[in-house]
Amino acid sequence: MKSVAILLAIVVMNFLLIRLAPGDPASVIAGEAGAADAKYIAQLREQFGLDKPLTTQLALYVGGVVTFDLGWSYRNQRSVADMVGERLPATLLLTVSAFVVALGVGIGLGVLAATRVGTWADSLVTVAALGFYATPLFWIGLMAILLFSVNLGWLPAFGMQTPVAMAPADRVLDVARHMVLPVLTLALFFVAIYARLTRASMLEVQDMDFVRTARAKGLRTGRILRAHTLRNAILPVITFAGIQAGQLVGGSIVVETVFAWPGIGRLAFEALLQRDYNLLLGVFFLTSVMVIAFNLVTDLVYSMVDPRIEVGS
Amino acid sequence: MKEFWQRYKRNKGAVVGLVALVLIIIVAVIAPFLFPKSPWEMSGAPFQRPFGEYPLGTDMLGRNILSGIVHGARVSLMVGIVSTFFAVTLGLAFGALAGYFGGIIDDALMRFTEFFQTIPSFVFAIVLVAIFRPSIVSIVAAIAVVSWPPVARLVRGEFLSLRRREFVQAAVVVGESHMKIILGQILPNALSPVIVMASLMIASAILLESALSFLGLGDPNMMSWGYMIGASRSVIRQAWWMSTFPGVAILITVLALNLVGEGLSDAMNPRLARKGRA
Repeated sequence: MKSVAILLAIVVMNFLLIRLAPGDPASVIAGEAGAADAKYIAQLREQFGLDKPLTTQLALYVGGVVTFDLGWSYRNQRSVADMVGERLPATLLLTVSAFVVALGVGIGLGVLAATRVGTWADSLVTVAALGFYATPLFWIGLMAILLFSVNLGWLPAFGMQTPVAMAPADRVLDVARHMVLPVLTLALFFVAIYARLTRASMLEVQDMDFVRTARAKGLRTGRILRAHTLRNAILPVITFAGIQAGQLVGGSIVVETVFAWPGIGRLAFEALLQRDYNLLLGVFFLTSVMVIAFNLVTDLVYSMVDPRIEVGS
Repeated sequence: MKEFWQRYKRNKGAVVGLVALVLIIIVAVIAPFLFPKSPWEMSGAPFQRPFGEYPLGTDMLGRNILSGIVHGARVSLMVGIVSTFFAVTLGLAFGALAGYFGGIIDDALMRFTEFFQTIPSFVFAIVLVAIFRPSIVSIVAAIAVVSWPPVARLVRGEFLSLRRREFVQAAVVVGESHMKIILGQILPNALSPVIVMASLMIASAILLESALSFLGLGDPNMMSWGYMIGASRSVIRQAWWMSTFPGVAILITVLALNLVGEGLSDAMNPRLARKGRA
């Protein structure tokens, strides 16, 4: 319910932003069509409902979005919904992979650091996390291209697949090779955050009474770590991961731009270059939907880790 | 104050960060004296490698990269500080009102905050800057608009707990006005975590600005680090230095700010600091 309200608010805001964009849409279209006489513009205004009162226009716009009509991209002469729809799978592949890698590696490194506090392994994880937390994603991406593609020639730098025909099994391998750099680039920043959080959270939980009890019962260290410490320490990490879903999706715009990954982030960059506001706002809407979906998934994961929490509460 | 410095000093990383930050600020301030010529102007032959005539080389239009980095420091710091100032002001206002008055006001303000926290902030910033045309004003405004919600939540929490404390109750009994209690009694006691958060927010704002200008949404009249990287990334195979050095500048600046933020946090919450290092 709350998600629906937020989505509706985003749609209304989108509408207001379109209105605020400099230039009357009708004259912009007319200018692009190469005919700017007053009669044609008036006809366009009528055709797109721009002559109606603002509230009617808003109702039309909301009604359109509800039926997955995100408007028309005048530059590309295609519907925005079609354009973002065909780019969505690539972005989902990138962000979900990066999310899984970031959570796995981040929590792993955090546990490693927390269980070896004060050793060189702890220091290394802490320093690396500090460093990657301070590095812009696009620069990591460029440096990765420089090292692994230009100098070493190990991995492809651009795109999602090699544009030649190949067998399905080879195709999967090909896409996987193209995925390595973008996914790692997007994941590194979040690995840094999750590692720091997990480490801090583990250290806090380690001193709690129930862990001491477990130790007093004579449980093995590994079991205490998994069933007692980590299970509780991981909760704030999951909460935070949910909050940061928006950052992950936002990061994909930059990463897709650097690696020419054919997703909606790259589409947003193209929309920027062409000043195609309808398309840009379509991307904004879809990424908002993605963030809300990510939040629902993290709520689910949370309730799996901690059965005391009920979904939706 | 002396005690504060004693505690800050204990965090070695924070001291290094502070030294680096002070150096960067000095460089930013004296940039016009170091490189009087505009960083946009052609300075020598294009594509010159670093460590030759120009310490960091020249770019594809023959512009001095070191000059660009030095002038870019001004823009990055300015955008970071000004946008954080506005974001903190906004967050303080929302958080203070929500936490102090509670009830419907709290509900309404927190719904609003939650909305802004849910929408993908970077995408929203892109949309705002694109629609209002890239300029230093639209960039600062967009960064402030997407960064205030965490401040509001933090301040609300502080106000909620301080509201019930005896010294605040005493002020209510004495008959002080709401305004006076909020500004004079509660705010000074809620400020230290906000200061820590602000120093970290300057760092994120600099990262955000660099990403915006990397995508071509920088102010067309201001040399910025993100722009330098974005403009030269198409020639990265021939000229690695053009996109490498500005990135190092971002990394060092943001890292320094994060370290200072951690040091401030340690110095202001000595109890928490010891726990973290246990």
